[in-house]
Amino acid sequence: MTEPLVRPKRKNPLKKTRVPLLPQGVRSRTALGLTEAAAEGRFRLQVCSDCAAVIYPPRDACPRCLSARLPFRDVDNRGTLLAETTIRTSTDVYFRERMPWRIGTVQLDAGPSIVAHLHGDLREGERTRLALKLDKSGQAIAMALPMEDTPNMADDPQWRELTCDPKFRRVLITDGRTAVGQALAEACSAAGASVVFVGVADPWKPFPGEERLRKLERVEIVALDLTDTISVNECAGEYAPRVDILINTAEHVRTGGIIERKGLTVAREELEIRYFGLTRLAQAFGPVLRARGADGVNSAAAFVNLLSVYALANWPAYGAFSATEAACLSAAQSLRAELRPGGVKVLNVFFGPLETEWYQAVPPPKVAPSALANATVRALQQGLEDLFVGDIAEDIRARLAVSPKALERELGS
Amino acid sequence: MSRNTDMASPDLAAFAGAIASGAIDVVDLTHTLTPEFPTIVMPPELGQCAPFRMEEVSRYDERGGAWYWNNISMGEHTGTHFDAPVHWISGKDLPRNSVDTIPPGDFIAPAVVIDISKQSAENPDYELTVADVSAWEKQHGRIPARSWVLLRTDWSKRAGREYVNMHEDGQHTPGPGPEVVRFLVEERDVHGLGTETIGTDAGQAFHFNPPYPAHYYMHGKGRYGLQCLTNLDLLPPTGSVILAAPLKIRRGSGSPLRVLALVPRE
Repeated sequence: MTEPLVRPKRKNPLKKTRVPLLPQGVRSRTALGLTEAAAEGRFRLQVCSDCAAVIYPPRDACPRCLSARLPFRDVDNRGTLLAETTIRTSTDVYFRERMPWRIGTVQLDAGPSIVAHLHGDLREGERTRLALKLDKSGQAIAMALPMEDTPNMADDPQWRELTCDPKFRRVLITDGRTAVGQALAEACSAAGASVVFVGVADPWKPFPGEERLRKLERVEIVALDLTDTISVNECAGEYAPRVDILINTAEHVRTGGIIERKGLTVAREELEIRYFGLTRLAQAFGPVLRARGADGVNSAAAFVNLLSVYALANWPAYGAFSATEAACLSAAQSLRAELRPGGVKVLNVFFGPLETEWYQAVPPPKVAPSALANATVRALQQGLEDLFVGDIAEDIRARLAVSPKALERELGS
Repeated sequence: MSRNTDMASPDLAAFAGAIASGAIDVVDLTHTLTPEFPTIVMPPELGQCAPFRMEEVSRYDERGGAWYWNNISMGEHTGTHFDAPVHWISGKDLPRNSVDTIPPGDFIAPAVVIDISKQSAENPDYELTVADVSAWEKQHGRIPARSWVLLRTDWSKRAGREYVNMHEDGQHTPGPGPEVVRFLVEERDVHGLGTETIGTDAGQAFHFNPPYPAHYYMHGKGRYGLQCLTNLDLLPPTGSVILAAPLKIRRGSGSPLRVLALVPRE
């Protein structure tokens, strides 16, 4: 049984902070298919289109029939742990400071055998579920889990290395004025975060839900205005070394396309709050997050972007808004590469219209703020990098994968 | 010709000397421009006045070796600011109604200070009345033509939520009622109205008739507004002179500015 994680002590100020190191992160282009699956928490392997063989490791030709048609497909993740080994020493600097480390060979029911990292509650000969996870280098590895969930399972050190679990971590929610921000504060607090800092801009302006937010357990309100560089820098100056997970909940949802808007006032507000807000957060908090990626149990773990799924394809009814979201998505991709040296994940959460006042005229299905918050926390607990929440987000994504042009026409009609 | 020898000309050297010696006090009626200072709030679906923002361009660093400077941005009606007649629909067709065309002499004018701070402390929706002005005139004499009327409410001593005083039915801050604004403009030919609150009008003035009477009548007659003033409690009821020159923005409806009061030391 996994030893429950102990709340980390306050940091010894005389101790040097460990520099984040990364496991080997080079993969072939084909093998990045595993990374794509891991990013979303799927279990996918190559399946030969001609002879149906399930293939591992990733290859460019089927070892059975030499076919080059080897798409990644969802496959059964169950198998048996054939053999296990505990590594006690290594020349690899990343693994060296994490010894001992258990690995083993899993025979998948679907066919191939895979060398995987082992959860502490799994023993040789037992049945197992295999998961593809992103390691600190951002690449996919396989982790073998016990068949059934076990007590304190998420506290296993090898598992926690792959996840961004809010438990005992310190979270910053950047905008507590929104329903989503408040739902996330609640969800993170419930998930065991040791403190949830919640940013509030324009404290002179009352907002709905304020009293409830202030009463939430372990929630602390901090002054933070994402449209104001000075405010973001001051907040980071005070709190950045104590922020392990940053969740940007800033939103600015307005209807209308590019020419429907008269002038740039609203577009500027949109960009100030969303794109420049993200940039300010990245510049102020990013360097500290990146430096603290291996800082013990409550190491810096994730930067979370909440993005409209229309960042992927413009919805002209909310056209200018979609364009801003697209800018944020692009920035998030850059941020992902920039934070990777610290082993800090960037989680992009995509969703369609929300059950909030700014989508009042949009018919259901819409995503409730609490549903979005709970899905986001689950994604952190799983260590995901891309998350699609709700039917609209899933639908847009599926249609985009089939035909971007068809989707463009459909959204614009 | 030396200025000092021409006795017919005003003695500006003596004036400068009086400022230097402290015989004339210079009182700063301006709030510091900061990002946190509240701006007027419109319903969220409408355009908003941009708050003050400052981006560092360089600070003796790799972005510019030996110098420190910032790029700043804000709305015309941010912080302590000046309202030109063109700001309001009633003043839109007047000549010389924008900050770049207002006669420069209008940027220097005497002021009277009417104190309604006690009434405002008791009632945040206090409306200045003609009776208040009449009572003031009994004590201090008739308001001279082309004087700024500065409304002392001590509102500038409040901060944050107390200052804006925003509730579910809007802002609650003191200001003039419609009748007294007409009286000041038509019967007293005042230069403009200056207040400590975010607008020259009361917080609830949207519900007055006409809405926002201080804006409507003052600007309709080509008169000016000053808002978010501070230190009005340091001014005498009469005898001060106000220097209030907005930025020269082409077709500008107003601008943040430094407002100074010249006060003869007693």
